[in-house]
Amino acid sequence: MLKVDDINVYYGAIHAVKGISLSVDEGEIVTLIGANGAGKSTILQTISGLLRSRTGSITFLDENIGSVAPHKLVQRGLAQVPEGRRIFLQMTVAENLEMGGFTQKSSELGEDLERAFTLFPRLKERRSQIAGTLSGGEQQMLAMGRALMSHPKLLMLDEPSMGLAPILVEQIFSTIVEMNREGTTILLVEQNAQMALSVAGRAYVLETGNIVMHGDADDLADNEEVKRAYLGG
Amino acid sequence: MVFLSHLISGVSLGGIYAIIALGYTMVYGIAKMLNFAHGDVIMVGGYACFFMVTYYDLPVAVGVLVAMAVCTLLGVSIERLAYKPLRRAPALAVLITAIGVSYFLQNAAQLLWTSNPRVFPSVVGNTSLNLFGGQLSISSTAIVTISICVVIMVALTWFTSKTKTGKAMRACSEDKAAAQLMGISVNTTISMTFAIGSALAAIAGVLLCSAYPTLSPTTGAMPGIKAFTAAVFGGIGSIPGAMIGGILLGIIEIFGKAYISTQLSDAIVFFVLIVVLLVKPDGLLGKRVQEKV
Repeated sequence: MLKVDDINVYYGAIHAVKGISLSVDEGEIVTLIGANGAGKSTILQTISGLLRSRTGSITFLDENIGSVAPHKLVQRGLAQVPEGRRIFLQMTVAENLEMGGFTQKSSELGEDLERAFTLFPRLKERRSQIAGTLSGGEQQMLAMGRALMSHPKLLMLDEPSMGLAPILVEQIFSTIVEMNREGTTILLVEQNAQMALSVAGRAYVLETGNIVMHGDADDLADNEEVKRAYLGG
Repeated sequence: MVFLSHLISGVSLGGIYAIIALGYTMVYGIAKMLNFAHGDVIMVGGYACFFMVTYYDLPVAVGVLVAMAVCTLLGVSIERLAYKPLRRAPALAVLITAIGVSYFLQNAAQLLWTSNPRVFPSVVGNTSLNLFGGQLSISSTAIVTISICVVIMVALTWFTSKTKTGKAMRACSEDKAAAQLMGISVNTTISMTFAIGSALAAIAGVLLCSAYPTLSPTTGAMPGIKAFTAAVFGGIGSIPGAMIGGILLGIIEIFGKAYISTQLSDAIVFFVLIVVLLVKPDGLLGKRVQEKV
């Protein structure tokens, strides 16, 4: 479904992503784990077109998307929940969701809203509230609900657990599994390696812009090196 | 009664400032740039209407529509040719370009239409409404200006809060990257903003020339600066702020003229701006911009 081949991304003179290749197949949950600054978010932003790679190619649904404008990728079925949620703080919950469905027909808005509210009942209670007044967990739910409004085939999540209490992290992750079960393929970037490995099928371990390991998520969770570096023992 | 009459003149003048200020504030809100050529778009709108009405003898309504079409095209072209290539350039480069476009428009107008001032025809008639046995007289220009302002404000509020495109504009003004991830085209939204702002500038141009019926290539410059002041006064980036800022500025200017000094009226306007910014640096309704880490 998604194939990233040998991408190199720079921030000015800084070489943030160094010749990385990865792939995601339909129906999978794939996770990209690594420490802060390893280049995880940079990879996601390059896939969604906000950053550009100097080399290589990115293929999504058999088409090269390396030079497609970010807003056009949404129509093709790619959605991203960006790092730090980036919800529209001055707009209401319902308006945020409506923006998520910007590429969809207006006639289907009501139905899609109901779907998001079924997944996140809390958002329904707060539908006319200004998004900036939501709690961190609710904002994360809104960011996820918003991304789902475009009916993505592939959903990329950037640090969904960031800054959340453990109980909320559990809840967010079980929703990710649920979304996957309903047919959305997931590419998950996480610092919380333990949670990420527990829901993912496959995983890539990223260190300073390089993929140092990849394989079955369960195998990686048992790997001594991964345990020592990312799982706190 | 005299006070009331000054108040009405102030609201009427302020309404024109408000319409111009909306163009500044909408463009700032979305493109994060100060379009100093906005005032000169007003002047072009004035000329477009002037030629339609005096040279081609067309009805005023047609003149206004032509002016709006011309200004929309002009505004969108300016953005496409002058500002779009600078999307990633430092803010100062964009600002200087905007000043350059402003001079370009003024000089082009001088070349095309000479610097001789033209007498703008009275497009809204010269009658006036007399109230309280003739003690209070309201000119038809003031009535038309105030009514059009109200219509524009209601329409724009409806547009930004109820329509999908209007909401997309707000989304872009808050977070461009996130808006793109929703499938919103930032370039289209910016073009749309320039189109709306410029169409409003055309209306403001016609109203301004009806109230002060001389038209020259520099007609837009001073109202442009005052409307920019109004936008900052109300909180730049905020649509209700531009409306309130514009109207207050008009009232302050007219009261300054009437009760303090005609010569000093502009100085009074800017003095009030300075005081407001000292007390509330974001303007009356401005949002405090958070620095992203």
